[in-house]
Amino acid sequence: MRILLITEQREGKWNKVSYETLSAAQQIVQQAQGTLTGVVIGKGVAALADELAGSQLDEVLLVEHDLLEKYTPDGFSLALRQVIEGAKPDLVLLPHTYQVRDFAPKLAASVGRGMIGDSIAYRYENGKLIFVRQMFQGRTAADVVFLGDAPWVATFQAGAFRADLAAKHASGKAPIKSVHVNLTPDQIRTKPLELFREAKQAVDLTQAPILISVGRGIKAPENIPLAEKLAKLMGGEICASRPICDEGWLPMDRQIGSSGQTVAPKLYFALGISGAIQHLVGMKGSRTIAAINKDQNAPIFEVADYGVVGDLFEIVPALIEELEKNKAG
Amino acid sequence: MKIGVCVKQVPAKDAPLAIDAGGAWIRESDIGFETNEPDGFALEEALRLKEKHQGEVVAISMGPERAKQTIKEALAKGADRGIHIADDQFYKLDPLGSARSLAAAIKDENFDLLLTGLQSDDQGFGQTGVLLAELLGRPHATIIMQIEVADGRMKLKRELEAGWFQWVELPLPAVLSIQSGINRPRYATLKGIVTAKKKEIATVARASLGVTDSPTQHVERIYVPQKTKKTEFITGQPNEIAAKLIEKLKHEARVL
Repeated sequence: MRILLITEQREGKWNKVSYETLSAAQQIVQQAQGTLTGVVIGKGVAALADELAGSQLDEVLLVEHDLLEKYTPDGFSLALRQVIEGAKPDLVLLPHTYQVRDFAPKLAASVGRGMIGDSIAYRYENGKLIFVRQMFQGRTAADVVFLGDAPWVATFQAGAFRADLAAKHASGKAPIKSVHVNLTPDQIRTKPLELFREAKQAVDLTQAPILISVGRGIKAPENIPLAEKLAKLMGGEICASRPICDEGWLPMDRQIGSSGQTVAPKLYFALGISGAIQHLVGMKGSRTIAAINKDQNAPIFEVADYGVVGDLFEIVPALIEELEKNKAG
Repeated sequence: MKIGVCVKQVPAKDAPLAIDAGGAWIRESDIGFETNEPDGFALEEALRLKEKHQGEVVAISMGPERAKQTIKEALAKGADRGIHIADDQFYKLDPLGSARSLAAAIKDENFDLLLTGLQSDDQGFGQTGVLLAELLGRPHATIIMQIEVADGRMKLKRELEAGWFQWVELPLPAVLSIQSGINRPRYATLKGIVTAKKKEIATVARASLGVTDSPTQHVERIYVPQKTKKTEFITGQPNEIAAKLIEKLKHEARVL
């Protein structure tokens, strides 16, 4: 099996999910037998190609063009289509980042193929590659296989594989080959403008040892102070899943998950959070996870060390009372 | 401005899910359905753009007969008409197959702008908008948090990861996938619900679109995921749970 791994960088810095996907690609190549080619795409990114070549792979393709300096879906799809047509891989792997989800389905469709997106794992059984992805917001998993001819395009979710397990090159460095691509300015319909951050982060949740996190189960903004009281008694900060911040019940800088902050506190206490994958990727590295949810099948319990199936409006006041009693005692 | 917005009907958030006999989908009897929440943000954005720039909003949904309810809700909120692409087994389609069907059904509408939500809460492919753009030959942008239209062009705020954003410009016609949270979707008014009854829903059978099904992927089975961690469930009355949990966090996990 010939695998093409397309990495992601922005302004000369890796998106670290690239190395997680490298780790997955190395494992697949080992099991399925074959070759692994890495791709670095952009402008002025030779140093990154050099760095990638230090990892265990057969070859690195360096794809540079003036029109690839800033990401556009047209530029990246057109360039990578030429790379795919040249390298003729069986499988094209990408990290499931916001940028990849913006162009990879288009890239696959442009070569008449489909994409299996956002997988969390794979299995290689009797010569067949099976991708595992989530459905129904993580309440079920699905085994998905490709049909039809290669190339197949697949992406892996952030956090699905460990970047630190990516193997170094066994004998120094993989060869780097520059690949020429044809692109003209009129082919690119998007005009990328400046990158920016919204208001300064008021709180750095990554430094908090204890986080009390609220989800939809908190039901109304009037109930947020209940969680805040618990946070105060436990000596932690309050944070939330995306819907709570979307509603404006807590500021955006308190959001945990793929579009918010990634945290790994000593204790992560999830109140009324079902645990969609977008949330789990932001907190599953926490040392201890406790969760209260009324649905015993909620995916948050897949990562929780301590679980309570019940009504948070009964349990949280009891916890507050218990902590106050402990304090007084 | 002629705006199309794709809305999908999905199982209700709190619907108990059971896997059907085929093993690759859920049992649809006895559960409630609702409009995919991310699509509600796309619909709201379409309605706001119409209020600002005039024109028409068309709600498009693919699915069995029940999917009409999602179109009716969009009409009650202010969409002008609906297109229902009927297929009882549409859940078997892969992302490319879905997009090909949608594209075939709407290509003659020549929308100035086509909007989708970020992803569906059932299959969660998150590819429909990008694929529609490719199939219709339109430029696209995804994860949009703000839209400004002027002189046949759009200035868009895209959300990137980890708190970063980017402005991009795009010519019309185009396709956009809207990020959840971009707006506060409105509720249907009583007047809206009454008026909606007079609005047109055109139904077209997916089978009549002339799209050859050549699936690129296949869902072999769905299942309740295996746990990666052993969760210790704490039970009892609320005060007993509270005492046990705090005891464990203090002395077993040693995190308090």
